[in-house]
Amino acid sequence: MWTTFVSCPFSPSLKMIHSLFLINCSGDIFLEKHWKSVVSQSVCDYFFEAQEKAIDVENVPPVISTPHHYLISIYRDKIFFVSVIQTEVPPLFVIEFLHRVADTFQDYFGECSETAIKDNVVIVYELLEEMLDNGFPLATESNILKELIKPPTILRSVVNSITGSSNVGDTLPTGQLSNIPWRRAGVKYTNNEAYFDVIEEIDAIIDKSGSTVFAEIQGVIDSCIKLSGMPDLSLSFMNPRLLDDVSFHPCIRFKRWESERVLSFIPPDGNFRLISYRVSSQNLVAIPVYVKHMISFKENTSSGRFDVTIGPKQNMGKTVEGVVMTVHMPKAVLNMNLSATQGSYTFDPVTKVLTWDVGKITPQKLPNLKGIVNLQSGAPKPEENPSLNIQFKIQQLAISGLKVNRLDMYGEKYKPFKGVKYITKAGKFQVRT
Amino acid sequence: MTDSKYFTTTKKGEIFELKAELNSDKKEKKKEAVKKVIASMTVGKDVSALFPDVVNCMQTDNLELKKLVYLYLMNYAKSQPDMAIMAVNTFVKDCEDPNPLIRALAVRTMGCIRVDKITEYLCEPLRKCLKDEDPYVRKTAAVCVAKLHDINAQLVEDQGFLDTLKDLISDSNPMVVANAVAALSEIAESHPSSNLLDLNPQSINKLLTALNECTEWGQIFILDCLANYMPKDDREAQSICERVTPRLSHANSAVVLSAVKVLMKFMEMLSKDLDYYGTLLKKLAPPLVTLLSAEPELQYVALRNINLIVQKRPEILKHEMKVFFVKYNDPIYVKLEKLDIMIRLASQANIAQVLAELKEYATEVDVDFVRKAVRAIGRCAIKVEQSAERCVSTLLDLIQTKVNYVVQEAIVVIKDIFRKYPNKYESVIATLCENLDSLDEPEARAAMIWIVGEYAERIDNADELLESFLEGFHDESTQVQLQLLTAIVKLFLKKPTETQELVQQVLSLATQDSDNPDLRDRGYIYWRLLSTDPVAAKEVVLAEKPLISEETDLIEPTLLDELICYIGTLASVYHKPPSAFVEGVVHKSLPPRTVSSESVESPDAAPSGPAADQPSVIPTQGDLLGDLLNLDLGPPVTGPPMATVQMGAVDLLGGGLDILIGGGGGSSGTFTPAPGTTAPTNVGAPLDSGLGDLFDLTGGVGTLSGSYVAPKTVWLPAMKAKGLEISGTFSRQVGSISMDLVLTNKALQVMSDFAIQFNRNSFGLAPAAPLQVHAPLAPNQSVEISLPLNTVGSVMKMDPLNNLQVAVKNNIDVFYFSTLYPLHILFVEDGKMERQMFLATWKDIPNENETQFQIKECSLNADAVSSKLQGSNIFTIAKRNVEGQDMLYQSLKLTNGIWVLAELRIQPSNPSFTLSLKCRAPEVSQYIYQAYETILKN
Repeated sequence: MWTTFVSCPFSPSLKMIHSLFLINCSGDIFLEKHWKSVVSQSVCDYFFEAQEKAIDVENVPPVISTPHHYLISIYRDKIFFVSVIQTEVPPLFVIEFLHRVADTFQDYFGECSETAIKDNVVIVYELLEEMLDNGFPLATESNILKELIKPPTILRSVVNSITGSSNVGDTLPTGQLSNIPWRRAGVKYTNNEAYFDVIEEIDAIIDKSGSTVFAEIQGVIDSCIKLSGMPDLSLSFMNPRLLDDVSFHPCIRFKRWESERVLSFIPPDGNFRLISYRVSSQNLVAIPVYVKHMISFKENTSSGRFDVTIGPKQNMGKTVEGVVMTVHMPKAVLNMNLSATQGSYTFDPVTKVLTWDVGKITPQKLPNLKGIVNLQSGAPKPEENPSLNIQFKIQQLAISGLKVNRLDMYGEKYKPFKGVKYITKAGKFQVRT
Repeated sequence: MTDSKYFTTTKKGEIFELKAELNSDKKEKKKEAVKKVIASMTVGKDVSALFPDVVNCMQTDNLELKKLVYLYLMNYAKSQPDMAIMAVNTFVKDCEDPNPLIRALAVRTMGCIRVDKITEYLCEPLRKCLKDEDPYVRKTAAVCVAKLHDINAQLVEDQGFLDTLKDLISDSNPMVVANAVAALSEIAESHPSSNLLDLNPQSINKLLTALNECTEWGQIFILDCLANYMPKDDREAQSICERVTPRLSHANSAVVLSAVKVLMKFMEMLSKDLDYYGTLLKKLAPPLVTLLSAEPELQYVALRNINLIVQKRPEILKHEMKVFFVKYNDPIYVKLEKLDIMIRLASQANIAQVLAELKEYATEVDVDFVRKAVRAIGRCAIKVEQSAERCVSTLLDLIQTKVNYVVQEAIVVIKDIFRKYPNKYESVIATLCENLDSLDEPEARAAMIWIVGEYAERIDNADELLESFLEGFHDESTQVQLQLLTAIVKLFLKKPTETQELVQQVLSLATQDSDNPDLRDRGYIYWRLLSTDPVAAKEVVLAEKPLISEETDLIEPTLLDELICYIGTLASVYHKPPSAFVEGVVHKSLPPRTVSSESVESPDAAPSGPAADQPSVIPTQGDLLGDLLNLDLGPPVTGPPMATVQMGAVDLLGGGLDILIGGGGGSSGTFTPAPGTTAPTNVGAPLDSGLGDLFDLTGGVGTLSGSYVAPKTVWLPAMKAKGLEISGTFSRQVGSISMDLVLTNKALQVMSDFAIQFNRNSFGLAPAAPLQVHAPLAPNQSVEISLPLNTVGSVMKMDPLNNLQVAVKNNIDVFYFSTLYPLHILFVEDGKMERQMFLATWKDIPNENETQFQIKECSLNADAVSSKLQGSNIFTIAKRNVEGQDMLYQSLKLTNGIWVLAELRIQPSNPSFTLSLKCRAPEVSQYIYQAYETILKN
């Protein structure tokens, strides 16, 4: 094509994330960052409108369209991260990125809160600038960011103010461009350790009669690797066939997994999530507790009965502990007069949430909570039956049966200390009544 | 020691204080001051007044201070362009710094300063950085090209940056490749015609290699870029799929969804008999399900996309129903989406579980959700016949709860169940009647009235019930009024003796006391019908009703195919094509199935879903009979009910009545022409003179299926082209477009070595063969050439749209000229739209996309118009006579897949026609109109 013919009949397009606003629960915009030109705060009015309509903060739709922009938001740790988008862009891309921003704040400041962000506003700004260039994510790996911008520590701020040095790294992060961008070079530890936590969460819906409507296990292996140099690890399982739906950290060599069912990788330094997986086949998901319940409201008496017992099912001899039950009672409930055989309960008459902190279940004496429910006088009998939300923990057990076989290390000479821990927890575990 | 101290202000005035600190001699104080300035910026305070003072701090060897100043500059440079120039020198110097971090930082920041003047200074440093030895600098520079292009595209092209960027696709470092792809994609998006990402098997291979090595974000860019590639055959498609599938296991959900997009698109090319096809289907399910365990915002986007995927390929998730079960603490936006997908996946195999779930949801707290759940039960009954009975009894249970909105919603869906399974569940009518008083929503009232009218003979007190509604007739909504009118007429036809008075009453209410034309017209029709021929009235009003559709809210297949190409984007969240968001977007389409060994699809592999076998939808919205019977009211058809009523109203005017009487009952779905008004269109009829002329004009090349060809005009006069005169025209025959040229040599020397080239144009017209002039052209000689064209060239939007810039070369020189081509050469032969689709599409296209034109002084009648237009691939889908005017409904399709729908109104006495055009790309309408004019007047 001859270029002399080429005219430029296009309108400027601004891609990806244009601006970011951080908004707290009372609707104050406490931070704004613009990667292109400045967008007025008033664009957030559309967000506030949607927020008002949603009533509950959790119900604000994540994608909102306004006349000139799209607002894509996430809600994390009582903060709305609202990004302003001007053209077609993959919303998942934006949402993933926003979560990554929140993760980074968490990582840097120990918590992702308004106070933490305000206290470290300059670092926050430097981070945001480092993470996104012209809408293209630049460095989102915590390892690399920490080499570019050092996280705040009390010691460092004291040292900085004395010596005048800064918290900005002045050399190019080593991992940034290598084929293993997640690991920095020159890592050194005196004690070389590698820990793996196999954490499984059971998501389940149990119906009135106690049968399982839906159950699956969401598992993750979180790792804490403190190994010197460039260790090349391979982790194998006793029963890898359990893992047929897995998401991997980029460090894992997919081909090895496909052919040998072994996780082979050069790990990032520090804490990271190695894999996450899902086990859904019904017979593999054991339900560790059962709930007997009797919740009823009587017509015309402004009262009802509440009687719930929690018991353990066979759990390979492990104890179910940390049991907490929460129930969103119907609006008409005024108060609850209950007595618990174990643990303590609270009922918040404003939010109508009943919380029963049970603790450990001993099969000999099953915990029970029962008593009277007081309804608003004159109000009609509630139609809906509350669902019971159960939390629990079982130590030293991966409920799917997943077991790590061995961990081998190549590439380095020292003998690392290795450890594997298993834990099973309730995820979204709901019992309908 | 936290940064919150930077927010504290003093009484003297913050700006004043800061100014002093910025100019302090102490480095540390300076830095603190800049931090305070940045802190103010983060909360949206205007600190632009400090610009010169902050810029003064820029020359420093302290990297943190430098970064902070850069941050400030990016925010305010635009408002202080002259001041920004002050910073240029430092930038240029920093671009030479030995530290790659500083080089990259400088070039990156410079690109962010959106000030024209700066761009000139940026070019040289940028050129160096693009070739920098350090990949970190190169990758930053790649993005900078996109930034610069955004500010000054011409400059980027002139400086050759685009070529450098293309070279970077072959860079040794995967991160650089990913950023180059991202930058090129962004530039290509704002410049859709350009052929920047010229994808070929080699470059695809490079991208696939880089895909394995670059960061997660880079993977997204590369996958999105891959999705635009069109593999040459199924083998190539399969090999790309094989290399993309590992991305399905990525932890980043955006990577996963982009990979799904590539696979869904390329799968289209694979034969269903391939083992690999089945493997791929199986591989797609787990990652989609995994997306549902992510954060709720991600779930929402995933669910919107899954909704598209299950419509296109229901087999992928047919065993995964349970993951869509709703948890009580899911956000409401997730709940509603899950419910939608549950119904789409409902089948005989899982209906029991689904129903149990829906019943559970119907007792939840959230009203919107409960309503949708109740409605869903009705949809299940209609979709899965075996479950109908259970669904009805579930609905009855729900009615017993007496919760007002539940009852109303249940009645609305029960009406549809009656429609679907006539004479099966009428025993429940008594229960429904008990709730008559509690209905306060128009839709529920109308549904109840329909039921009473439809089953009037079985309800003893039907007349009393209907009469009770009649009392407040004028306060009812139109929907209820129309329904009441029809119901009472039905009642009268069934029990004429007792209800004479009632029918009189409703007819007079409708015709005399109402302002609503729909209502009046319908009243008159019934009135006339009843008074002239009660038997016919019975046949019409009580005619057997057509079936209602099983699937609802289905996305029109062409739109669905387009949306599949946009998986993961905003378009997929809104289920609207991106042309609704961004201007000038080229429509994407799924690749055609090009199987090397074509074989018959095995029956069990064929999906049982919406894409494969069309559900038996009968009532079209524009359907006259359906409208009279009030079928438009209830059946779950797509589109807002109001529009339906209006469409129906048009039918009822004038010709409608004739059709009603002439056509009789039962012939719904066809536009029977009213007898006497028009002669039947005879395909074999002798061509009238107008058409005859057409053939004369086309001369030797014209065939029966050829479009109208304009006479040749001079495009390039001899004096402008050193003696070469070119005249020509465009023609289209049997699907091929050609440019018919006459080259005349008016010079004194022999011409030879002819060649032709087109510039990029709006529809990608390009020569399909080289310009063949066999012998040298002697002076005063001319040669006629027919140059075949295709539409696979590169696309760039031109103004006017049909402008074509041509370059012709001969042994003397290169000559340029431009010409306008008539749009009808782009009308393709398969531009006839299904009638159903036409109606749906017509409604689907927003009214602002409709344009009206007058075609003046055309004396043809409707049939002649039809056949004349058909010769140029404008197809008449339906013809109706309304109040003496002929309405022609027509469709045509352009080579790039854009559909245009037309309504042509012809009044016998008036030589002016009214042409209404509807199109998703309204910018073409004007040119379509020109084509109409040209075709009709020649």
